[in-house]
Amino acid sequence: MTTPIQLSDPLVSVRDLRVTFRIDKYSSFEAVKGISFDIPRNSTVALVGESGSGKSVTALAILGLLPPENSIIDARSQILYSGRNLAQLSGRDLRSVRGADISMIFQEPMTSLNPVFTVGFQIEEVLRLHMGMSHARARARALELLAEVGIPDPPRRIDMFPSQLSGGQQQRVMIAMAIACEPKLLIADEPTTALDVTIQKQILDLIAALQKKHQMSVLFITHDLAVVGEIADHVIVMRHGEIREHGPARQVFEDPQDPYTRALLQCRPQLDRRPARLPVIEDFMSGDALLAIPERSRGVVAGDVPVLQVRNLGKSFFAREGIFGKREFKAVKDVSFDLPKGKTLGLVGESGSGKTTVGLTLMRLHQATTGEALFEGRDILGMSNKEFIPYKRRIQIIFQNPYASLNPRFIVGQILTEPMEIHGIGNSAQDRTDMAFELLDKVGLPEVSFYKYPHEFSGGQRQRIAIARSLTLKPEILICDESVSALDVSVQAQVLNLLQDLQTEFGLSYIFISHDLAVVKYISDQVMVMNEGEIVEIANSDEIYRNPREPYTQRLLASIPRGWHGGDRGSSPTSG
Amino acid sequence: MTDLTLSAVHAKRREIAHTVSPGLWTLAWRRLRRDRVAMVSLAIVAAFLLLMVLSALNLVAGDWAREVGINYAPPSFLEPDAAPATPGATSTPNQQSVVPEAAVPTAATPGSAFNSTVVDPIGDVLAELKGEPPAAAGAEAAAASTIVDPLADVMKEIEAARNPPPGVEGKSVDPLADVMKEIQSGKGGAPTAAVEAKRATLPFGADKWGRDVIAKTIKGSETSIFVGLAAALVATLIGTVLGALAGYYGGAVDDALNWFYNVFSSIPYLLLILAVAAVLQQKGTMTIVLILGLTGWTGAFRLIRAEYMKHKGREYVQAADAIGASNTRRMFRHIFPNVSHVVLVQMSILVVAFIKSEVILSFLGFGVPVDVVSWGSMLNEAQNELILGKWWQLAAAGGAMAVLVTAFSLFTDALRDALDPKLRGAEG
Repeated sequence: MTTPIQLSDPLVSVRDLRVTFRIDKYSSFEAVKGISFDIPRNSTVALVGESGSGKSVTALAILGLLPPENSIIDARSQILYSGRNLAQLSGRDLRSVRGADISMIFQEPMTSLNPVFTVGFQIEEVLRLHMGMSHARARARALELLAEVGIPDPPRRIDMFPSQLSGGQQQRVMIAMAIACEPKLLIADEPTTALDVTIQKQILDLIAALQKKHQMSVLFITHDLAVVGEIADHVIVMRHGEIREHGPARQVFEDPQDPYTRALLQCRPQLDRRPARLPVIEDFMSGDALLAIPERSRGVVAGDVPVLQVRNLGKSFFAREGIFGKREFKAVKDVSFDLPKGKTLGLVGESGSGKTTVGLTLMRLHQATTGEALFEGRDILGMSNKEFIPYKRRIQIIFQNPYASLNPRFIVGQILTEPMEIHGIGNSAQDRTDMAFELLDKVGLPEVSFYKYPHEFSGGQRQRIAIARSLTLKPEILICDESVSALDVSVQAQVLNLLQDLQTEFGLSYIFISHDLAVVKYISDQVMVMNEGEIVEIANSDEIYRNPREPYTQRLLASIPRGWHGGDRGSSPTSG
Repeated sequence: MTDLTLSAVHAKRREIAHTVSPGLWTLAWRRLRRDRVAMVSLAIVAAFLLLMVLSALNLVAGDWAREVGINYAPPSFLEPDAAPATPGATSTPNQQSVVPEAAVPTAATPGSAFNSTVVDPIGDVLAELKGEPPAAAGAEAAAASTIVDPLADVMKEIEAARNPPPGVEGKSVDPLADVMKEIQSGKGGAPTAAVEAKRATLPFGADKWGRDVIAKTIKGSETSIFVGLAAALVATLIGTVLGALAGYYGGAVDDALNWFYNVFSSIPYLLLILAVAAVLQQKGTMTIVLILGLTGWTGAFRLIRAEYMKHKGREYVQAADAIGASNTRRMFRHIFPNVSHVVLVQMSILVVAFIKSEVILSFLGFGVPVDVVSWGSMLNEAQNELILGKWWQLAAAGGAMAVLVTAFSLFTDALRDALDPKLRGAEG
């Protein structure tokens, strides 16, 4: 499987690429371990892999953008582009290739654009540098480019600063800059990961259209196989710096040869199925995944007892304007719902929809402006801080970013025992330690973890620690705020399985907040769709995916990337 | 679970506990240990601290005030074979300007050549006027000279001072010599001190009272380093607590503290120091510590305030709120360990700054009282001595300070690098 696709005259051929990073004087880390592949002319190649697979390093190596102070490209490595080996090119020659013949778009448009220059200036700069255009001609071309990438009203937007544009528009500007010199190869490094699902779809369509129009090649790097199914001609799957599988997209999606590829395709929740537990990579690598997993049915029924009743919740933020003026921004407007005991309520929406604010307000991490939340008949939003303390332990939250939500200076033991200490759970320090060990076991971490610091764990393990921390207080309601969004798909599957196991064991009620509709559909009994602070639609999860009533929900569902269109997996109810 | 299995579980846990992971400080220390510059400067700083402690315990330089050498005894490396000093020339400070030619070191250095001319600028003129060596002067000659020289009486007095008859030992010139001697013997402790012959040279010279410059520098380091450390501690403490309150609570608390800070920092620094010195009314080491501590917290305040503002919005603090941690707990148990490296670096920057400030204050005379020696007071003395070409006190105090401050600054830089959160981010 290591023999590259042999094509007559590829645009770029990578041969035996090895990249090593120096960690310090004594140790180094091999990020890319001798990979070979071709990028054919006029086609889209997808490079897929989870974090640490070396996919981004490969892209940076092609562009010669790896930091020279700590990275070494092996002397035998070859990156052949029109007869030249880019790996051996000097900085000056490389710069003439970069930008003009090969260009790149990055993941974060917000940080890739210079905030102190207008977008027009930044596009014109590229044109003047590489094409030697005059000021007037560059401006005219910049206007053309902005129109081409679908920015509305280019004459007005060209003089705006990046911060005045939305995230999707910023990414369009980045694309306009990247295609300004009509490159032969466009490298897109996770260009849609930071964007909402509807915007993601637009950007994917745009890249596909531009690829066809300009007859260029695209190297599309992503962690999400489903995204590339719609645009890729060839797919390369990487893991741990090695290529696991590559081939035409149809073959990779319909008949994956490598167990890892199969795992990647399977462990992402799908809209039309709900297995009792998601398969994880280990299942595939050991060959256990062939067993059929029973389906789980979810949904709220008439007899469910509500544990939390939210009525007319509203939250406004105020921005100071002028000396005395205040401007009100309503993040959440008049939201009411019931959370049934032992069930999961999914909260779905795009960024700015107010879904996270709902979660934080219920935890009283934000002060609600209006409304009430009844927990055992008492309004937890209206009570004083002191009265709230006993309730605090019964409602817990798991944050999005496990890298940020654990105190880096505490060992895991301290992280787990502290909440019990504060709330006086357990009779002695020994008691609490015993409980902490029990919880570690429950979330599937070894005992040694107790004595380690958070930075020694991977993202998924850290999220387990965060889950264990919230379980120390034996809560009844757990708010998961994008709790699996930052994780790789395989790890995401493990954490989702864990959450479901805990729900079964302790009868927890979840409020599951996410922008990822497939994940929400999978784990929720009931789904609430939010947009601009308001509830759009609320219904049982199967129902909402089968029969979305509101146009907004329909649009949202239509934007979900569905992987390979030719395969039968694409024929989900809404796409037909 | 039976007791037996429970204890087995605990035994196993104790075993694992040995594998407890290195924390930030251990990791930083490991990084620091690989840094050669850091380790050399740390060794220098440690040596100074050791000297300081030993001197505070009176184990070293306890007798710095003893006048062991002749006044302005030069460093011995300048004058390895210097003749023993004439006894008459050594006893009192008042005689310093009339040291006989014999007692002045042979003009080995330009400094001492210059010295002899400065000490007695009219010596040559006098010799010419007299026309004959004073030792040969008889009564007749004296009578004759009365005619020739109207200044003869004055001359005689001067002569007497220059060449006192043996046994008089300058008593005729200095009426307080006896008192001085008593004081000296009292200070020196050992009764033999007064009797003991004063040494002509000392390893690094002597000051104007003949005290050993090395001992003095060591004693001076005690004051200077103590003031630097203690004042930095006070300033960082004030800055950290106020900064934490302002940054964490924000709003009205922040406004009030900022107002206080602005008032404080709008007064010129030196003026503020003089004002506090005037209010405290007494000179003393603790006074300087207070002066520097009370005026130097502003930098730490701004820095810590910014850190707290940054950290209070972090998810781990929100998570602490979610588990019910109180404000104080969040502020000091959760956020403080995460900004402690900033506090530490800020403190070691302040130590360096305050050592220098103490020197400046003492140099200007607002510093330590006269009976306490510090590098600043040594430099103050050296100011006058330098005109006489006695450079060793300046060199000793200035050199010691330069070495310590440089080493401390380099160490601070290395410490900051070792604690740099960016490096830690690369691991995760």
